[in-house]
Amino acid sequence: MICPKVELLDIDLVNQIISEGIAILENPGIRVHNQEALEILANAGAKVDFQAQVAWIPEKITRQALKTVPHEFTLFDLNGNPAVHYFGDKIHFDPGSGGLTIIDSQTERPRLPLTNDLIKFVKLVETLPQIDAQSTAFVCSDVTPEIGDLYRLYLALIYMNKPIITGAFRKDTWWTMKEMLSAVAGGDKALALRPTAVFDVCPSPPLLWSDTTCQNLIDCARFSIPAQLISMPLAGATAPVTLAGAVVQHTAESLSGVVIHQLVKEGAPIVWGGSPAIFDMREGSTPMGAVETWMINSACVQIGKALGLPTHVYMGMSDTKIIDAQCGLESMGSNFVAAVSGANMISGCGMLDLESCLSFEKLVIDAEMIGMVKRFVKGIEVRDNPIALSLMQKYGHKGEFLTLPHTRKWYREEQYLPSEVIDRCSYEGWKSRGEKSTFERARERVEKLITGYQPTKVTEELRQELRAITLRAAQSFGMQSLPPLPQGE
Amino acid sequence: MEKELFQKMAQSVLDGDSDTASALAKEAVDAGIDPLDAITKGFVTGVNKVGESFACGQAFLPELVMAGEAMKAAVAALEPEMQKRGVQPTMLGKVVLATVEGDIHEIGKSLVGTMLSASGFQVYDLGVDIPAARIIAKVKEVDADIVGLSALLTTTMVKQKEVIDELDKLGLRKKVKVMVGGAPVTRDWVQKIEADGYSEDAIGAVAVAKQILGL
Repeated sequence: MICPKVELLDIDLVNQIISEGIAILENPGIRVHNQEALEILANAGAKVDFQAQVAWIPEKITRQALKTVPHEFTLFDLNGNPAVHYFGDKIHFDPGSGGLTIIDSQTERPRLPLTNDLIKFVKLVETLPQIDAQSTAFVCSDVTPEIGDLYRLYLALIYMNKPIITGAFRKDTWWTMKEMLSAVAGGDKALALRPTAVFDVCPSPPLLWSDTTCQNLIDCARFSIPAQLISMPLAGATAPVTLAGAVVQHTAESLSGVVIHQLVKEGAPIVWGGSPAIFDMREGSTPMGAVETWMINSACVQIGKALGLPTHVYMGMSDTKIIDAQCGLESMGSNFVAAVSGANMISGCGMLDLESCLSFEKLVIDAEMIGMVKRFVKGIEVRDNPIALSLMQKYGHKGEFLTLPHTRKWYREEQYLPSEVIDRCSYEGWKSRGEKSTFERARERVEKLITGYQPTKVTEELRQELRAITLRAAQSFGMQSLPPLPQGE
Repeated sequence: MEKELFQKMAQSVLDGDSDTASALAKEAVDAGIDPLDAITKGFVTGVNKVGESFACGQAFLPELVMAGEAMKAAVAALEPEMQKRGVQPTMLGKVVLATVEGDIHEIGKSLVGTMLSASGFQVYDLGVDIPAARIIAKVKEVDADIVGLSALLTTTMVKQKEVIDELDKLGLRKKVKVMVGGAPVTRDWVQKIEADGYSEDAIGAVAVAKQILGL
């Protein structure tokens, strides 16, 4: 049985890309604007210029890090069940993260998101079986910007069961976020044993670790909180324009992250992830819907797999401003390529407008795409032996397969059953149902799903504790109180 | 004779060839040609052609950016002669650009710098993670008409307001126009901090810069 998979690079190219990535760390080296990381690298034997803040990492240190890095890890849901296995070709999906705006369901135009929007989004993700993990989808505009990162996590933790992919915007807020996760898990040790969250950490192209994200990387390693590297070369602007060249840069940046991370703690979990793209030469933008963007992401995943690491990509997004045909074609193409590339975590559903905006309706539509691509990678299975010979001998001339127990037994396994968001009825049927567009059907489904949301088992005590942690952080930045939670929650 | 040289100058900009542009500039100086003529009749013709080509979708950012680089090289090569003659090419205005303190994102700002430069502005790009004090110092030093502030993070965007407040305190706000940009910047924010202009992309930034200077 074949599980369909796409590989864009042959083995020689994979090896050459890895070699060049390693060579780049030796010359010109990697810029590291974090004092602790520079010291760690120097102590390990890398040549370091503390003034210029550059490290030249010899191959043997890189190779050593690749030896100690774990090949897999599992994320747990808040009930303590294994939920996401970062391993091999197992694919999982979570929504895009870090958005600044949300599409208003009535006006179909973007607006600034508020607390209630994030709560609704978290709930919606909980009701969609196709989506495997939460993300801290967007920044709430009704809190002071300094707590933008941790506030999202607070809200998610009190409404979610699924594990979460998140990230910090600052060095100090990382600690607040860790405190929250620890409180939910029952301590740092428990959290390390059964992680419920992954932190995204982003180097800056080309070849630079900023102070903040490098510190996040180090702190994640120290506490064995899975760190997801998000290298994002922009081919033609902050990276070489050739697709292969962009993959080389991604490899170098990601290797540097693995090295620093493993030097802090050997065997700590880390993900070979990214959000590379081409640079649009007309608009000067970063199109996530471009096929070349998908190709670069796919190739980066292949490199990560060759190195034996869990992988991640930012795909399934569109660059459109409204949920239209371009939105559909870009999101589907992207989801498909990501799925057949075998990336362990595919971040991006629900996201549009050059990775800046989220939409409830798009999330629901994307969930259908995810259902389809997950079905595709399952491949064609042989259910019976012989496949159909006996069936045909018995019923082949009657042709009433709909009446057979065999059909009833297998149809749910054989077919991904889409929701009413996907229209497959007759023309008259579509007319009688109100002649609705995909967006309109999705909008209705959002409301329907929300009413079916089941509250989590999070205790009132824990809710208060998390709110207290959040409030303390808000007050330290001058915000005296938090927005109220919706009534009756 | 001159005409031929001017054509070659325009072509060097069209080709994005900094070395040739530089060499032709020196040739013009040696031939006693007015450096301002070299700019306006030679190199700028190339810049305009690239601009038109870009507008109708035949040339793209790489051509535009390299044309800008060639233009810069030509002007640099003509600088000594212009100093000697005591002339200056007419610039549309002086712009100080910076990514604010705590933020290291650069590509958008650099693109704006290139577009402004190619359109005839004198651009001083300070780079990334620049404290307000340094930005203000440069503004004063070069007598800037516009200061452009870039931020990609919601957490660093607030520094744009800090620069505006500082300019206010020093009594410079009336004289210096402020443009802001970056992914988290919205019209609401622009109004809130009372910036003079804002563009969502680098290409629109040129029109905004011209507009706020009343050109």
